[in-house]
Amino acid sequence: MATTLTINGEAKSFDAPADMPLLWVLRDVLGMTGTKFGCGIAQCGACTVHIDGQPVRSCVLPVGSLSGRSVTTIEGIGATPAGAKVQKAWLDLEVIQCGYCQSGQVMSAAALLAATPNPDDSDIDAAMSGNICRCGTYVRIRAAIKQAASGRQS
Amino acid sequence: MTIDISRRAVLTGGLATGFLLAFHMPLRAGNEPVQPPDVTEGKFAPNAFIRIDPAGNTILIMPQVEMGQGIYTSIAMILAEELDADFSRVSLLAAPANEKLYANPDFGVQATGGSTSVRAFWKPLRTAGASARAMLVQAAAEQWQVEPASCTASNGEVMHQGSGRKLSYGALALAASSQTPPKDVAVKDPKDFVLIGKSLKRLDTPEKVNGKAVYGIDAMLPGMKFATLAQCPVFGGKVGRVDDSAAKKIPGVRQIVVLDDTVAVVGDHMWAAKKGLEALKIDWNEGPNAKIGSAEIWADLRAAIEKDGVVAKSEGDIAKGLATGDKFEASFELPFLAHATMEPLSATVHVKPDSCEIWTGTQIMARVQSEAAKAAGLPVEKVVVNNHLLGGGFGRKLEPDMVVAAVRIAKQVDGPVKVVWTREEDIQHDIYRPVYRDTIAASLSGGKVVGWKYKIAGAAILARWLPPAFQKGIDIDAVDSAVDAPYDIPNFHVEYVRAEPPAVPTGFWRGVGPNNNVFATECFMDELARKAGKDPVEFRRSMLATKPRFLSVLNLAAEKANWGQKLPPRVGQGVCLQPSFASCIATVVEAEVDEHGEIKLRRAVSVVDTGIAVNPDTIMAQIEGGLIFGFTAALYGEITIDKGRVRQSNFNDYRMLRIDQAPKIEVHVVKSGEAPGGIGEAGVTASAPALRNAIYSATGVALRRLPIDRSLLAVGRKA
Repeated sequence: MATTLTINGEAKSFDAPADMPLLWVLRDVLGMTGTKFGCGIAQCGACTVHIDGQPVRSCVLPVGSLSGRSVTTIEGIGATPAGAKVQKAWLDLEVIQCGYCQSGQVMSAAALLAATPNPDDSDIDAAMSGNICRCGTYVRIRAAIKQAASGRQS
Repeated sequence: MTIDISRRAVLTGGLATGFLLAFHMPLRAGNEPVQPPDVTEGKFAPNAFIRIDPAGNTILIMPQVEMGQGIYTSIAMILAEELDADFSRVSLLAAPANEKLYANPDFGVQATGGSTSVRAFWKPLRTAGASARAMLVQAAAEQWQVEPASCTASNGEVMHQGSGRKLSYGALALAASSQTPPKDVAVKDPKDFVLIGKSLKRLDTPEKVNGKAVYGIDAMLPGMKFATLAQCPVFGGKVGRVDDSAAKKIPGVRQIVVLDDTVAVVGDHMWAAKKGLEALKIDWNEGPNAKIGSAEIWADLRAAIEKDGVVAKSEGDIAKGLATGDKFEASFELPFLAHATMEPLSATVHVKPDSCEIWTGTQIMARVQSEAAKAAGLPVEKVVVNNHLLGGGFGRKLEPDMVVAAVRIAKQVDGPVKVVWTREEDIQHDIYRPVYRDTIAASLSGGKVVGWKYKIAGAAILARWLPPAFQKGIDIDAVDSAVDAPYDIPNFHVEYVRAEPPAVPTGFWRGVGPNNNVFATECFMDELARKAGKDPVEFRRSMLATKPRFLSVLNLAAEKANWGQKLPPRVGQGVCLQPSFASCIATVVEAEVDEHGEIKLRRAVSVVDTGIAVNPDTIMAQIEGGLIFGFTAALYGEITIDKGRVRQSNFNDYRMLRIDQAPKIEVHVVKSGEAPGGIGEAGVTASAPALRNAIYSATGVALRRLPIDRSLLAVGRKA
């Protein structure tokens, strides 16, 4: 099925079955490998992207349901104010270890900050508990979200 | 991969150091030709680790792989420190498969693991840097016709002190190439370090924040196909009959590959491969292991530990020691665990008639090359392995099976194919942390332990993974942190019983042998403290008179954690002291147990003496993450076997700790001038015993098995 999606502000056309999750379109069809495969059942959040600004798990999102919607991925999130703040705080506080889950963490955190500019701990728990980090960077993720929200410099 | 680090700035300074898997193997005396790891022409290439081109670009070759532990940055710091390189001009290159040049000195194989990287490479890297620096200085001195001793080097330049003349390393690169490396070169006095000891920014993280970092699973090649696989659900079983009629009708499915124990579907993308695999009807010949379950495995292990073991250490007179005072006994058990790296297993392989190229992320470059060569039926030099960043390793990628499987599939595919395991396949065909059982008999007299007889039963992973290291029936990993427990105990005896579980393959899992031994030792120390009527910290202190580093971290951890503070009901603090990986670490965990037995982690404090701390912030990050990794195992981790199959399959039933459950964590790295210790696994080892002891304090229930059984902790339940 020929489909066109707006991804990071650009129209992208491709051929894919309607039931194919967006994750595999991004990775295997379009070669955008920043979005990660972790579990395939929306349990780990590694595949998180934004659809019209909302964080979603692309591993269970059929691409056929996305006609006319706007997709933002880790490759494009730095162009949003919240995404840029999150990326900077992530580096300032040296959040990342292996980094494999961090595309999804950054996407979830950017969505949180865009919707809730000054999140408290329970907001952070609610927005981020769908993203597993096997390296255990949670303490720094929390601190970095707070730093990004406050605009403090390290 | 290459990393350009010029964008990274410098954090503030800090400090610290770490242990040794305790064996040093000679480098393999192979006779294969030493291949250059990269193009050295036109560059100063004094050794396996350093390249400087005439423009002054400095390439550092990484003998250890980056899987999140920050080792690329620490290795670069050590090399650049002794080289006196301009750190802003440094870029990094992953070492190729080459055991002669890049073997880990602790193993004799090209492997990253055992928290050995900094410890094992500390001397070789410093010497490599210092030797290259000396050659650059000699080249400058020759040009100026002055004594080398009258020249200094810093920040990528040599300066003649008398005249103030300067030459950059780039300008000296070609002249330095013709210098003879010095025979004995002095390394810096630690007081002169300008990089080591500072929390420099990591070199690998900028590309991990914007999706540009390339992991093994991200390899993309023109014309590549995508595959996923199913191995027999029963360990050791084989493929019987395959009906692929429905699978072939799935759009995008290109090929079904049937091997003796594995079936793979190759398609235009992972979705086609996955749907194709689901549409296959496979009859498996399950074989004899289909009768094996967890109950049989535990029964075997509990029987095995009743046998006499091989004595790994014996001091004093254990019979006399145990006959003195009051004697107590306990047994502890740890379950099978899967690694669950966030990056599922994968390898991309292109097999041609006379060559094989591989793109993956592995902890064992050379072994992957040689095992792939065997699977491909090619000479080893015809196999090229391209290593990428690892999306977690944790010991899983110390095994080559995922690459071997991909090569076997790729042999039947025209063109390159990326083989990606589903998470279910990853969990159900892991090489698991073995089950362990430990029994301890100890005697108390005068408030101290006077006899300690510790017996371990579990798999000998080293006997399979590094046979020369398995000597006289003792797996030195399995007894690690048992034979070197930090306490002064006059009659001390450790035995090991090799007990290989049936059917289930076992391997290294982050924290390795010490996970088991620190858990049993520290849990039982708390029980003995209670028998002696002593506070757990005070009890430990009384046995550390000759161990100042341990005493010091224990005291500081107690102080920082406000040990002994008044706490609400069902809230407790627990302590753990460990010698693991040549680091001295004390950890205090504070936890709350609700009326149903559910556990809330409130706070963790670790104090770390790991000798000279190369990058203190990295050490703190590794302890923070390691504690979370260990809490995950303590609270949730267990792989169970039913009819020869793993019952767990994905993160829904093999749970991970999430951010809402993570405690506050504080890590204090103390100043030390000792040789660096290991740190990547040390946090993992600490958290389970400290948490268990906090629960013991909160509830009085002495848990002796992981994962924690909440039903034992509910209010009203008798311990």
